[in-house]
Amino acid sequence: MKPVALLVLTAALLVPRPGPAQTTLTGAGATFPNIIYQDWILTYNKAHPDVRLNYQSIGSGGGIRQFSDGTVDFGASDAPMTDSAIAAIGGNVLHIPTVLGGDVATYNLPGVTATLRFTPDLLADIFLGRVTKWSDARVAAVNPGVRLPDQDIVVVHRSDGSGTTFIWTDYLSKVSPEWAQRVGRGTSVNWPVGLGGKGNEGVTALVKQTPGALGYVELGYALANGLPAASIRNKAGTFVAPTLESITAAAASAMRAMGPNTDFRVSITDPEGARAYPIASFTWLLLHRQYRDAEKARALVAFVWWAVTDGQARAGPLGYAPLPRELRPWIEAQLKAITADGKPVWPTAAR
Amino acid sequence: MTALPLEPLPVAPEAALPPAPRWRGLREVNAGDRLYRAALTGVALLLPALLAALAGGLLASAWPALRRFGPRFLWTSVWDPVAGVFGAAPMIVGTLASSLLALVLAVPLALGVAIFLAEFAPRWLRQPVAFLVELLAAIPSVVYGLWGVFVLIPLLRSYAVPPLRAALGWTPFVQGAFYGSSLLAGAIILAVMIVPYIAAVSREVLLAVPPSQREAAVALGATRWEAVWTAVIPYGRAGLIGATILGLGRALGETMAVTMVIGNRHDIGWSLLQPAYTMAAAIANEFSEATTNLHLSALFEVGLVLFVITLAVNAFARLLIWRVARGTAAGSRAL
Repeated sequence: MKPVALLVLTAALLVPRPGPAQTTLTGAGATFPNIIYQDWILTYNKAHPDVRLNYQSIGSGGGIRQFSDGTVDFGASDAPMTDSAIAAIGGNVLHIPTVLGGDVATYNLPGVTATLRFTPDLLADIFLGRVTKWSDARVAAVNPGVRLPDQDIVVVHRSDGSGTTFIWTDYLSKVSPEWAQRVGRGTSVNWPVGLGGKGNEGVTALVKQTPGALGYVELGYALANGLPAASIRNKAGTFVAPTLESITAAAASAMRAMGPNTDFRVSITDPEGARAYPIASFTWLLLHRQYRDAEKARALVAFVWWAVTDGQARAGPLGYAPLPRELRPWIEAQLKAITADGKPVWPTAAR
Repeated sequence: MTALPLEPLPVAPEAALPPAPRWRGLREVNAGDRLYRAALTGVALLLPALLAALAGGLLASAWPALRRFGPRFLWTSVWDPVAGVFGAAPMIVGTLASSLLALVLAVPLALGVAIFLAEFAPRWLRQPVAFLVELLAAIPSVVYGLWGVFVLIPLLRSYAVPPLRAALGWTPFVQGAFYGSSLLAGAIILAVMIVPYIAAVSREVLLAVPPSQREAAVALGATRWEAVWTAVIPYGRAGLIGATILGLGRALGETMAVTMVIGNRHDIGWSLLQPAYTMAAAIANEFSEATTNLHLSALFEVGLVLFVITLAVNAFARLLIWRVARGTAAGSRAL
């Protein structure tokens, strides 16, 4: 009799007690904003324990695929979806920018302590393999007073596909017609010259280990690791150093070209604006225009709105540039378009 | 010969023994046996089925790229995801070159270690050295990569490449600037990684050679080294070739350590000092962010090519072992 009683008691204790109704949202995609997204998810869950979010950083390509297949509720990408990809899902996607990132040109020149400066065409020609030595006259012309060694420029790029490469090649395509025609823009391109490193870490390791190297890494990465960062001349003619402020300024300047009905599928590299850093970009969350589950859609919209408003304060300390405040009404307009079962989700989500 | 006046020993008549069981007759004895046999057959067929499923899956996913590029894929060098043009020649050449060069570097070293441990080492030294060599096999691939980037490449740049250039600079193999990440660094890392596999198996093979072979050689006047070289090694050559092929198989598929030191450049060249690419490294690098279906399909096709090459190498190894082992008594047992 006793063992039976024990068994019944244990079973009773193990029966799950009914708790508050939980909404679970899953997302997948870009690796670049993974750190801030995980931080947002953790913070949001503390304030709203009934909403559980899960984000897997499997890469932009995987994110777009899973979002299109409907495996996840939202996707994330460092590059906007192409027209054909959008047509494949019947236009059922919204691009919501969340934070800004930028690429930093980092280098390894033993004996040179000054911050180097580059012009757009010089950067393009270095990456095309036309300028091969640090002692080249064009490099010296832009860096007066800096004693440059007679060393080969060892170009270092990413061997894996990434949004960082997309931003870099997008910028070079805009400032160099030869680059646009020969190489183009993409998360993975046919590099004319250079060694390939895997991930930001790989590029950093190669640059640090190779005297004379010049590579590009994500801004947050460069800030966290104290890497030397070159100043780049922007469209207005000013040499701008990559900082969180200069990248936010890039988005603010690009707003003039966007307009309030923008779908945010814009590139903000090489913008106008005196203080704008030229190699910056949004990273986007991909949401459906029409959802089937109203509860999930409401929770998702509430989270995204929190992320682009209150959540922006958490971006800076983690190395991401926050969105300019002027963007909020435009994002709100986009979020209002989301419906579930034909009914807009927005009014009930805003708190 | 005189016949001994003894009674013939009593021998049990054949009829007293029960008839020898016929194995075939036992096949249908009971349901339990039939079930057992069926279960074992199922499990045994599972592995070839898995292999076929893998090949089928690769083929199905690679089909768009196969149809688009055809056999051109194997000999064109352009890998352009933006334009949608893919050619795997640099990767194929890089994989084969790095693996074969690694083999050339590793086999003498590994065989030397195996011979030392099996024949010449003092008894107290054998276990520790064998343990250390096998420990090399336990080190994760990424750690090798890190060591390659931070230790090997600076060493090569400062101490190995200048004398190499001085000695062999006139050959096409040592040309061009050395930036660290190169085919040479990749091959050296692979060599270090496959030495323990070849050494461990070779040592077992050499230890399995019967002492009579050595004794016979020594009896004919051979020195210790001559005995090893003429009697022991030829006896175990089937197993030694098998060990080498094991190492080659590992080298062909190695991904992480290679991608960190080989430079990841889609280029074919004669020089060992220039960066290169391997198939496994390319797949690992580009798979997760491949956005277009054609890019993904091309990567699957690279995987299919690697699969076929590995199968071909293993089939060739089997053939080689069979032919080499035909002459030795150990031939049938070495397999």
